[in-house]
Amino acid sequence: MNTQALFGQLLIGLINGSFYALLSLGLAVIFGLLNIINFAHGAQYMMGAFVAYFLLQRWGLDYWWALVLVPILVGFTGVVVDRLLLSRLKKVGKLDQVYGLLLAAGMWWMLDRAFAGQPIWLAIVPVALWIFLVVSDKRLPPKPDEPDHLYGLLLTFGLALVLEGAFHHQFGSAGLPYSMPDKLQGVQNLGFMFLPNYRGWVIFASLAICLATWFLIERTKLGAYLRAATENPTLVQAFGVNVPRMITLTYGFGVGLAALAGVFAAPIYQVSPQMGSSLIIVVFAVVVIGGMGSIMGSILTGFGLGIIEGLTKYFYPEASSTVIFVIMAIVLLIRPQGLFGQR
Amino acid sequence: MATTTAATPGSIGEARYERNAFIVMLVAMLAMPFVIYPNFAMQLLCFALFACAFNLLIGFGGLLSFGHAMFFGMGSYLSAHAATAWGLPIEVAILVGMATSVVLGAVAGLLAIRRQGIYFAMITLALAQMVYFFCLRAPFTGGENGIQSVPRGKLLGVLDLNQPLPMYYFVLAIFLAAFLLIHRIIHSPFGQVLKAIRENEPRAVSLGYRTERYKLAAFVLSAGLAGLAGATKAIVVGNASLTDVYWAMSGEVVLMTLLGGMGTVFGPVVGAFVIISMQFYLAELGSWVIIAQGIIFVVCVLSFRRGVVGEIEAWLRARRKG
Repeated sequence: MNTQALFGQLLIGLINGSFYALLSLGLAVIFGLLNIINFAHGAQYMMGAFVAYFLLQRWGLDYWWALVLVPILVGFTGVVVDRLLLSRLKKVGKLDQVYGLLLAAGMWWMLDRAFAGQPIWLAIVPVALWIFLVVSDKRLPPKPDEPDHLYGLLLTFGLALVLEGAFHHQFGSAGLPYSMPDKLQGVQNLGFMFLPNYRGWVIFASLAICLATWFLIERTKLGAYLRAATENPTLVQAFGVNVPRMITLTYGFGVGLAALAGVFAAPIYQVSPQMGSSLIIVVFAVVVIGGMGSIMGSILTGFGLGIIEGLTKYFYPEASSTVIFVIMAIVLLIRPQGLFGQR
Repeated sequence: MATTTAATPGSIGEARYERNAFIVMLVAMLAMPFVIYPNFAMQLLCFALFACAFNLLIGFGGLLSFGHAMFFGMGSYLSAHAATAWGLPIEVAILVGMATSVVLGAVAGLLAIRRQGIYFAMITLALAQMVYFFCLRAPFTGGENGIQSVPRGKLLGVLDLNQPLPMYYFVLAIFLAAFLLIHRIIHSPFGQVLKAIRENEPRAVSLGYRTERYKLAAFVLSAGLAGLAGATKAIVVGNASLTDVYWAMSGEVVLMTLLGGMGTVFGPVVGAFVIISMQFYLAELGSWVIIAQGIIFVVCVLSFRRGVVGEIEAWLRARRKG
């Protein structure tokens, strides 16, 4: 047995696992409060990588800046999407037809202009818009038994198509390289294998962020509000908590997590418009396996499946692209609600 | 999806509407190859059939499958393979493709109906991606190249299908047979139970229906008809490729049905015609087509949930009452 290769595949598995965990965590947080499966999650991950690339190319802001700025910027776009589109899922009126069209056209215009060499101060426009939207907010989340969540899936799928198409239109399908930050170049010799510094950093940082999110939701007062609003939004609203704002910020947070994963991925993979779509389908399978009931469940399932995928790549490489789907089928037969699902 | 308009033939007026609309559609389809390029018209019919099959599941069973490309694609691959490598006659090749999709539909359906709603959509999507990877690797599919130059041959050994018109009317016959079958299914007692499950599954269970059997049967029927559409498409276009099993194809059929009107009999046909024409005539615009499709998705969901045909039917209904 070639231990060097085995550990190499395990490492790749752990890296993939970090992405699965970060993305399925964001999906679970969003689903908890909005009852929407965010199909645009992969596109927002892709956006994260692209924004990091632009910060470096246009404005010379390096990787460390990107780590801070990208989740905030892409999170803002998530807030706008939530206020403009997702919050309108329930109201259906005559005027909305015109409104929806204008809205979609405007969003496309923003995306198109955003990366076409505009001065940086234009970024103030979406930020101001966002602040206005968060302040003027009067909505409660849908009740879990309402059938609207399927429309949420369709809506975010459309959004994913728009985003992917827009980036494809602007940059083509060839990948753009993103150079590794200087401080994280080089390799550590662990005795049994060589660990590239950057890969070690990604695993460590993702794990830290996952655990911090878990702590935030399960152990702080803010998280307690969030969990209470998931259970009974009307009651929490009656206690004086601004639930609509919480929903919007939750969506923004989930999108920010996806964008952060995109920044982590940028130096490892090429930055390309289609980098998100194949990943998100695997993450959906991960979510089905884990069930969306628990935060820790999402983290464990994500990392665990990454490791299993890495091991498969070593022992039986032909099955490595399908092993997660096979596990999903087995879990559905034995425990349909998912490993950590409640119902 | 309780908000979709149900196409229940409640009154004589509705039955008359359905008959008249069917006659209009039939005349238009009979005349179509003389107006537009016949090969394109055949493709329109194949995708219309695909959308109708999908609509059977979402519109009448309330199940949103996001992986219907696996049935369409496997039907396409198997019929192309049967016609090319095994040299089977075209009608048998199409049946082989359809049978493959029925079997695949039974397996996928058994897994997917164990969860509902959002999870159902995610599971079907994941299973379809697995089929995609299978098709990418399997030796008979030709990987990235697909199966090229599928022969059309002769129907029942007599009618030469290399001529555009005989081929068109052969495809039209397949489409009409499937369309009438779907119409029959919807209006049968089985279809009524399906609608009951869509509206309120716990109540259907309490009335003594084994709802999972009905859902599985609807899933297999829908898969088989989607496979028929794919198998026919492979013969029409003369190839089967990875595009047919890719997730984007699953999304497209959802869009066609949503745009035309979920739960209406004619909606998917209209939706498929619009979307495929858009792709065909705007092909040089490249990624703009995808962007436009995404925008149509967003607009439909936000403000146009009944779709084109759904809106027309609602208008007719309001006029009849008023």
